[in-house]
Amino acid sequence: MTQIRGAEGVPSSLIPHPSALAVRTQVLLWGAQRASAAVLGLCVLVHLVTIIYAVRGGLTATEILARTSGSFAWAAFYAVFVAAVAVHAPIGLRNILAETFGWRGRALDVFVLLVGIVLAVWGWRAVYAVVGA
Amino acid sequence: MRSEEKEPRLAASAGVSPTDHASPLTPHTSRSSNHRTLHVRVWRGTETGHYDDFDVPRLESQTVLDVVTHIQRKLDPTLSYRYACRVGMCGSCAMTVNGKARWTCRTHVSVVAEGDRLEIGPLHNLPVVKDLVTDMAPFFDKWAAAKGRFKGTATRHDGFARVPPQSPQRKLVDESIECIGCGVCYSSCDVVTWRPDYLGPAALTRAWTLVNDVRDVGQRERLAAVAGDAGCHACHTHTSCTERCPKGLSPTAGIAGLKRAVLAAALKGEL
Repeated sequence: MTQIRGAEGVPSSLIPHPSALAVRTQVLLWGAQRASAAVLGLCVLVHLVTIIYAVRGGLTATEILARTSGSFAWAAFYAVFVAAVAVHAPIGLRNILAETFGWRGRALDVFVLLVGIVLAVWGWRAVYAVVGA
Repeated sequence: MRSEEKEPRLAASAGVSPTDHASPLTPHTSRSSNHRTLHVRVWRGTETGHYDDFDVPRLESQTVLDVVTHIQRKLDPTLSYRYACRVGMCGSCAMTVNGKARWTCRTHVSVVAEGDRLEIGPLHNLPVVKDLVTDMAPFFDKWAAAKGRFKGTATRHDGFARVPPQSPQRKLVDESIECIGCGVCYSSCDVVTWRPDYLGPAALTRAWTLVNDVRDVGQRERLAAVAGDAGCHACHTHTSCTERCPKGLSPTAGIAGLKRAVLAAALKGEL
């Protein structure tokens, strides 16, 4: 049971790997996930209410585009929605992958960063498609 | 669950004499509850092993620790287990009883037995030394990693620090100072299972106590030590620690306090 111990008797297994993100970055990621969750809560509510209101008399792609095309307000709303998803999902995915599969370190951080970028690009592309069309 | 455990204590204070707390070593007398037998499965081995079956006389006001002691003294002296004070102060007798971590010296059989059956194993999330004895070193190593040691500046020549009992910080200290280090919360924590480097509820509760200690001067390094992926921010607020803490403490609340304190420090650039 002999373990290598560093300062103050802490075993080496509890000392973070050098490639781990800086502690401050880890904390700010946690804060960003909480903040984005708050934004998402509001966005999902507005989105669902809009859907329920809009489909009361049936819904077609033409009707949606008629409402969204050229609308700065809807463009801004969904741009923010996409940004919140792109921040929130990769941070949560990072935790899930670490806890479920024990995946840690730089490779995981780069992977979830790419996931975030892909979500943002695809999401904003979709927003442009329905607003700029 | 804790309210269930309080039930026998209330009964004991309502007129049952101390002698009714029969030791398993006393002969099986007419005071015992209907001469019943308790069927007990006890873990034998280390990380790998098996459960052995024992039949133990069921007695009035019998605790799980009484049962284990009876087995070790009367049925199988090779059984290993750990205890010291027997009165809920030392934190050394915690085991897994019918699937849940509990302090065995203050857990009455009548509260936890499923029918007449008990299954007793070592604590989860810790290496097993033998039978019911776990190696607590990883648990206390995390107290050290969380900077759980008081760091003051006063010398023996200074007077006592005056901390008003009603001050907000002192009240927060009161909420978690009674931790006895039994490891029940650590054993019950899912995040410790999933992320073995997670500091865990007990170490973080200790850190939270010191964060609120106005005499302590090691706050900056403590907040950095408890921050991030393996620290307080890994907690998912499942609250198993709070539900099972035998002292009725709330590590969950302390960890939430640490999350806020650490985020504030990070935003100020003090980490």
